[in-house]
Amino acid sequence: MIEAFALLLLCQLAGEILSHGFGLPMPGPVVGLLLLFAGLFVAQRFVTLSPQTINDTALGRTTGGLLQHLSLLFVPAGVGVIDHLGLINSYGPVLFLALLVSTALSLAVTALVFTWVKNRQTGRMAS
Amino acid sequence: MTPAFDLWVYLSSTPLLWLTVTLLVWIAADRIALASGRHPAVNPVLISIVTLGAILLLTGTSFAAYFQGAQFVHFLLGPAIVAIAVPLYRNLDKVKANILPMAAALVAGSVTAAVSALGVAALFGVPDNVLASLAPKSVTAGVAMGIAEQFGGQPALTAVLVITTGLIGAIIVTPLMNALGLKDYAARGFAAGLSAHGIGTARAFVVDEVAGTFAGIAMALNAVMTALILPLILYWFLK
Repeated sequence: MIEAFALLLLCQLAGEILSHGFGLPMPGPVVGLLLLFAGLFVAQRFVTLSPQTINDTALGRTTGGLLQHLSLLFVPAGVGVIDHLGLINSYGPVLFLALLVSTALSLAVTALVFTWVKNRQTGRMAS
Repeated sequence: MTPAFDLWVYLSSTPLLWLTVTLLVWIAADRIALASGRHPAVNPVLISIVTLGAILLLTGTSFAAYFQGAQFVHFLLGPAIVAIAVPLYRNLDKVKANILPMAAALVAGSVTAAVSALGVAALFGVPDNVLASLAPKSVTAGVAMGIAEQFGGQPALTAVLVITTGLIGAIIVTPLMNALGLKDYAARGFAAGLSAHGIGTARAFVVDEVAGTFAGIAMALNAVMTALILPLILYWFLK
């Protein structure tokens, strides 16, 4: 578990260095995600590792545990909103309406376009 | 000074107190969510934020003092994002089979998220600096704050709008997808991650691992996509 956690931190650190060093439009942890993903592909050539068995490894268990509780990790930043309640000026209700409308629309459009393209794709393969 | 007050002064200045309170409030909120059968409206993140916010206001604790303890939880966000590489690796076959749907949904969703938010706000005469703060609200907080600053917005306001968007998305995604009759967890997860970044992704991981994986991909892709297209979109909205 300590090895797995150290590996996650190492990838994040490398990600931060690349992200800041090259001014990438991706945060360090996302670059770290890509590095770990690439690393798993390199590693599977040398050690016994496959998509079917990774959940039984220490890395699989550690990451599974972290992701099961991903919601908790957003709580401290969320509480930070109380420090900025003053910013919610007279535009507060309008901004909330804009967020509500826009979030509903983008959820619907994203999922519908995804499904539409997917269905066309499978339809073409079937014919 | 009473001994109880002395004890309070001592404890409230150590990270231990607020770290413990954060975890206990979360456990209680998560129990409530579990008891509701994980009903989408009973969101443990929202319950925890409101409860902790009320505790801080009632005890006169500053966010800075609170964060001394809570930072240890916050810190785990980084490694947790890196950890998404593992379900991505596990579900790679499903991801490969959905490259085209993801590309199309990314462009459509990213444009819709920005244009619809700006459209509603502009309709009500919201000024330019607030529009710039609002535009990147579907993107993960760190990137969104950078984008907002670049266009003359207020990063702190953007952070508030980003978190609110995440909570709205996490709460409405399940009923909305059910109403639209969409059953594919890849599509549902992708929409949650694109529209509601990390908080939407966290909700997706609670529902289904495949949904969580696609949400994580969408969150990462939309950060890049929004950074690329927002200059063009804002050009039309800012005076």
